[in-house]
Amino acid sequence: MTEARFELIVLGAGPAGLAAAKAAADSGREVLVLDDNPLPGGQIWRGGPDQAPNARARAAFSALQHPRIAYRPGARLFAAPGPGTLLVELPEGGCRLGYGQLILATGARERFLPFPGWTLPGVFGLGGLQALAKGGYPVAGKRIVLAGTGPLLLAVADTLKARGARVLLLAEQAPLGRVARFAAGLVRHPAKLAQAVALKSRLLGIPYRCSSHVLEASGRERLERLRLSWGGEEGFIDCDYLGCAFGLLPNTETGQLLGCTLAAGAVAVDDYQQTSRPGVYAAGEACGIGGVDKAQIEGRIAGLAAAGRPEEARRLFPARAHARDFADRLAEAFRLEPALLRLARPDTLICRCEDVPLQALQSCSSWREAKLLTRCGMGACQGRTCGPMAETLLGFEPRGSRPPLQPVSLETLVSALSPTDPR
Amino acid sequence: MQYDVIIVGGGIIAAALAESLALAGASVLVLEAQNAGAGVSAAGMGHLVVLDDNPAELALARDGLERWQRRRAVLPAGAEYRECGTLWLARDGEELAEAERKQARNRTLGLDCKLLGRAALYAAEPNLAPGFAGGLLRPDEAVLYPPAACSWLLANAQALGARLLEHCPVAELAEGGVRCADGREFRARAVVLAAGTASPELLPGLPLKPRKGQLAITERYPDLVRHQLVELGYIKRAHAATGDSVAFNVQPRATGQILIGSSRENEDTGAELNWPLLGEMLELAGSMLPALRQCRILRAWTGLRPATPDGLPLLGPVPGRTGLWLATGHEGLGITTALSSAALLAAQILGRKPELDPAPYWPQRFHQLSGSALHA
Amino acid sequence: MPEAVIAELPIRLNGETVRVPAGITVAAALALAGQQALRLSVKGAPRGPLCGMGVCFECRVTIDGRRHERACQRLVADQMEILTHD
Repeated sequence: MTEARFELIVLGAGPAGLAAAKAAADSGREVLVLDDNPLPGGQIWRGGPDQAPNARARAAFSALQHPRIAYRPGARLFAAPGPGTLLVELPEGGCRLGYGQLILATGARERFLPFPGWTLPGVFGLGGLQALAKGGYPVAGKRIVLAGTGPLLLAVADTLKARGARVLLLAEQAPLGRVARFAAGLVRHPAKLAQAVALKSRLLGIPYRCSSHVLEASGRERLERLRLSWGGEEGFIDCDYLGCAFGLLPNTETGQLLGCTLAAGAVAVDDYQQTSRPGVYAAGEACGIGGVDKAQIEGRIAGLAAAGRPEEARRLFPARAHARDFADRLAEAFRLEPALLRLARPDTLICRCEDVPLQALQSCSSWREAKLLTRCGMGACQGRTCGPMAETLLGFEPRGSRPPLQPVSLETLVSALSPTDPR
Repeated sequence: MQYDVIIVGGGIIAAALAESLALAGASVLVLEAQNAGAGVSAAGMGHLVVLDDNPAELALARDGLERWQRRRAVLPAGAEYRECGTLWLARDGEELAEAERKQARNRTLGLDCKLLGRAALYAAEPNLAPGFAGGLLRPDEAVLYPPAACSWLLANAQALGARLLEHCPVAELAEGGVRCADGREFRARAVVLAAGTASPELLPGLPLKPRKGQLAITERYPDLVRHQLVELGYIKRAHAATGDSVAFNVQPRATGQILIGSSRENEDTGAELNWPLLGEMLELAGSMLPALRQCRILRAWTGLRPATPDGLPLLGPVPGRTGLWLATGHEGLGITTALSSAALLAAQILGRKPELDPAPYWPQRFHQLSGSALHA
Repeated sequence: MPEAVIAELPIRLNGETVRVPAGITVAAALALAGQQALRLSVKGAPRGPLCGMGVCFECRVTIDGRRHERACQRLVADQMEILTHD
């Protein structure tokens, strides 16, 4: 096995991770950036430098050329067997890494909620469909409905339209009043307003309906038709793909693995982005959904703080407060409508890995009981998809999953744990 | 109200006992501190196996296996009962000779078994590493999924009138009953302590020690393994080692997953994984079954088995404590012997003659428990 | 607008050789070949990619003999052997 030690390891090569790595490296730290995707950029800049959508993304990617930054894609953290040690699966095998400090920039995933037919091929996540399209998934000429909430809906439509998709409808779950108030509030965030205006103009002609969501997906073997609710009315749309999600969830599993305290479903941090574990920092969506501005600023603060430059970090506090104000407005405007929690029927699957329907969970009194008696959350995704749903729909309290953090091959696990090669 | 029997604990021993007592018409209350079947019962492999190295252990395990076999047709699908058999692997001539001795002993006892030569072994398990000398197959041994079996036993008991209270930890074993942590008191003519590794908390001084073990499970790889595979060196390794040890013990689950064991630790009783020991355990499994090396490990966990100094359970009355009984200390054999332990103890509580000789399992065999009363 | 020249490479998909653009994910290559459903669920229902970012494990396929690989997280490689519904 290979073993190496770094002053600072950054987990995640999205906006927060890249900003953190650059800030620390500019301050003289040697940094290793690990990312489990094949290309850097996180979800927002998925596809790497070649697909960088703007100057800001290109500037962020330049961090990877920094002489003091090493970058490993396809690297999956799977265990933290002791203080200052990580076990990682690299494409070539297992590896044990030591660290002095750690910055968690593990981003977010989409929140899913079950509705009849949501397991049919052709039903994707909203950001999920965007991520797939960026990876070359064919969307040209496809009839696509997008359903979800917040600015992501527009961003995904933009990506898909640029690739030749026929986007039929944007279904925003939030009511018009809240969306309009959010839009009006953007005068405090002029850059965001300009982006929104540009985006909207590129999407002219695509219907954007508020108070709208999917009720049911149907089709034989794959998605063919959707039943939707728009503005209180019901209707059907025939389509090839549905991109559908219910907002974003911070990825907290790594933080939980390291024993970091959570707050409101995110990794809790102090003013300097430090978690409850000394020397372990978190930045970006992992410590609260807020978008790319917040992620980059928090990343810089974390990088500077980890590099021992708190004064410089402090200078970024006002900018962070401004970014967090935007995040708060987002959260308020696009909070989920209660009707979305009542879409599933008794036979609608909650756990897709083990095919566990809602009715099987309704007779359980706790997450533990559900796991033991229905196998919910015991499959390959280790409860990452169904856990939050069971929490939202049934009030269960899923705790962090058992190790390893991701399924890892036996040989990788063994090689990462075996004594160091004397060479 | 006054119950006939209160069972403290909601694991598979408690569940089987509740069912046995309720079947006999007793009024039963089961008090589980957390979720029923979620403690020791959920941590193990669910391997129904008869080990022949100790007559008393053998008698209880054999009776237990036969009871599971008789009820397999009525077990729910979720209990995943599979008669996959146990295949004991001999690595060399010495272990093959041991397999032959084991076969002779088993034959004398009337236990079905079959000696496999090299060719027959590889026909039975094509994915084994080269170099094994042969094996001994116990075809009627089985595996099951203990939490579901436990839940089924409890449901049977409840259908017969037993009452189950979960999330109801008992704080004290009082005279003629128990007092719960929430202040509630329940009274019964008999109280059975069946709380696994937590039993000494209610009865300090019990000769019971938590023995930590680790298991790992893979994603689904159907047909990679067909039998529960155990190395004949297992007993040697597990018993010879005074410190931590690992052994090759691999099981095909009904889901197609492979459950990989096993390890024993004598000192550490924390819930945290022992990563170096897990690495040793998995390396051994990969060396015996090379196809496992590419399989993805989905989860690894630890469990604490309640172990007694002589390896036999504590089943019977607590000397000097009227109406207080023990049903604990099964270490790794609690799943196999749940039904036989329950039948044995239920008969004694109800004043009937048990089918097996109960004396070898009586708590009074330990000096801590003989004569003078234990004080809670 | 002149069409960009896209490099292609051969992969083996369920035993048949197909040529796909370099740099795309396995999930994309499979969809281009008409395979939207990649596996059967434990109760036999067809499933395709969902999250697109390696979280949900719905897009598991066998790649070069290794089962349970996430098609959305792997880029195609020359002569890669992919099995769906394995």
